Amino acid sequence: MNNFDYAKPSTIPEAISLYKKYGEKAKLLLGGTDLVVMLDDGVIQPDIVIDLKGIDELKKLKFDGEFLHIGARVTFNELIDSEVVKEKFPILWEASRTIASTGVRNRATLVGNICSAVPSADSAPALLVCNAIVVIATDSGDKEVPITEFFMGPRRTILKPGEIVKEVKIRASNKKFGGSYIKLGRYDGEDLAQVGVATTVNEDKEYSIAFCAVAPKPVRAKEAEEFLKGKDLTDEVLEEAAKLAVKAISPISDIRASKEYRLYVSGVLVKRSLKTSLARMNGNGPKYGERLV
Amino acid sequence: MKKEINFTLNGNPVKIEVMPNEKLLDVLRDRLGVKSPKHGCGRGECGACSVLLNGKSIRSCITLAIEVDGQEITTLEGLEKNGMTDLQKSFLQHNSFQCGFCAPGMTITATELLNKNPHPDEEEVREAIAGNLCRCTGYQNIIDAILDVSKKE
Ligand code: FES
Ligand code: FES
Repeated sequence: MNNFDYAKPSTIPEAISLYKKYGEKAKLLLGGTDLVVMLDDGVIQPDIVIDLKGIDELKKLKFDGEFLHIGARVTFNELIDSEVVKEKFPILWEASRTIASTGVRNRATLVGNICSAVPSADSAPALLVCNAIVVIATDSGDKEVPITEFFMGPRRTILKPGEIVKEVKIRASNKKFGGSYIKLGRYDGEDLAQVGVATTVNEDKEYSIAFCAVAPKPVRAKEAEEFLKGKDLTDEVLEEAAKLAVKAISPISDIRASKEYRLYVSGVLVKRSLKTSLARMNGNGPKYGERLV
Repeated sequence: MKKEINFTLNGNPVKIEVMPNEKLLDVLRDRLGVKSPKHGCGRGECGACSVLLNGKSIRSCITLAIEVDGQEITTLEGLEKNGMTDLQKSFLQHNSFQCGFCAPGMTITATELLNKNPHPDEEEVREAIAGNLCRCTGYQNIIDAILDVSKKE
């Protein structure tokens, strides 16, 4: 690990001005489960690490009746332990449980997860299908960006030096809905996804589908969603939807799976996830969090 | 630049100067002589280096020492201050470990689980220790031992 300075500001403006001063030479620290590994490997060599854990307002985890607000310091285990997340945002709850292991989830944050922007970010498909909004603090005030516009590529987001994600917010659905997140990995505990698929279904027959680990960034499958709109999930419809959905992805081969396998299994999982989401909406599906692969 | 940090280690106050790039695991082992956390993978994947931070298990190999300023750290040495815990006795009885390298981390993680959920079922135990790798045992005796104490209490 290279030598760096360490700062722990207690307000967002303080953090922003430090971040502006150092620009690209500064790195932001939340749980550190990704950052410290990269520091250790020497892939990043900042002059300063700005620890955001001194900023109290980032601890917020609150449902205001319309939006769930997830502050930058909220860890995955805090999401999993939250009743309102479990009850009103069950897809996010389900996805959070697939992330690494409890010792990592005690530290790792959802905001950190999306800011790391690895293609396999487990929280991303759930956030994509929920149309989450990223709230970014800048020195000229806050701005809100839909999660669909947030990711740029592997480890790249739209964030510029001096911009700090302070929270992610998600609107609660007022329709009857069901959802699911399926993570296919080689084993439980630590593995990154070979494919991650989230889907939602609602009573108006509106559907959403998103993937991680099968494209340079987490993606929505818009074409398949459009096709599904208003339709019942018959076998033929599912088949066609799966075909359209995999057009949105462009997987690579790596140590976890080949490109061909990923393409094939993505289609299988889209169908399974859609069916599960529908069954859950109708109250006869597997419980959220239950093993789906 | 060195900075002074103060934290509680197994109930005792510690004051030490650290570089911002020193990892908690290294400070514990090499500078404070607390040897139960082990260096396995060094990247957050195996759980051998687990310690409790304010009662929650974390991986000390991916935590900077400077981050625990003002916090409370508990290692296995702290858990067994007053002799072996029931969980440790159960591990012993079940012959849960062979080489023992994973044991401190496993014990930390299982302790956290039982504090939070005194009567877990097998699935919950498996889920809790999913990030603690053991290269010797095949896990069953570890799981049995944890389930056993959970029944006793
Ligand atoms: S040594 Fe820390 S998780 Fe493996
Ligand atoms: S007993 Fe050897 S690693 Fe677990």
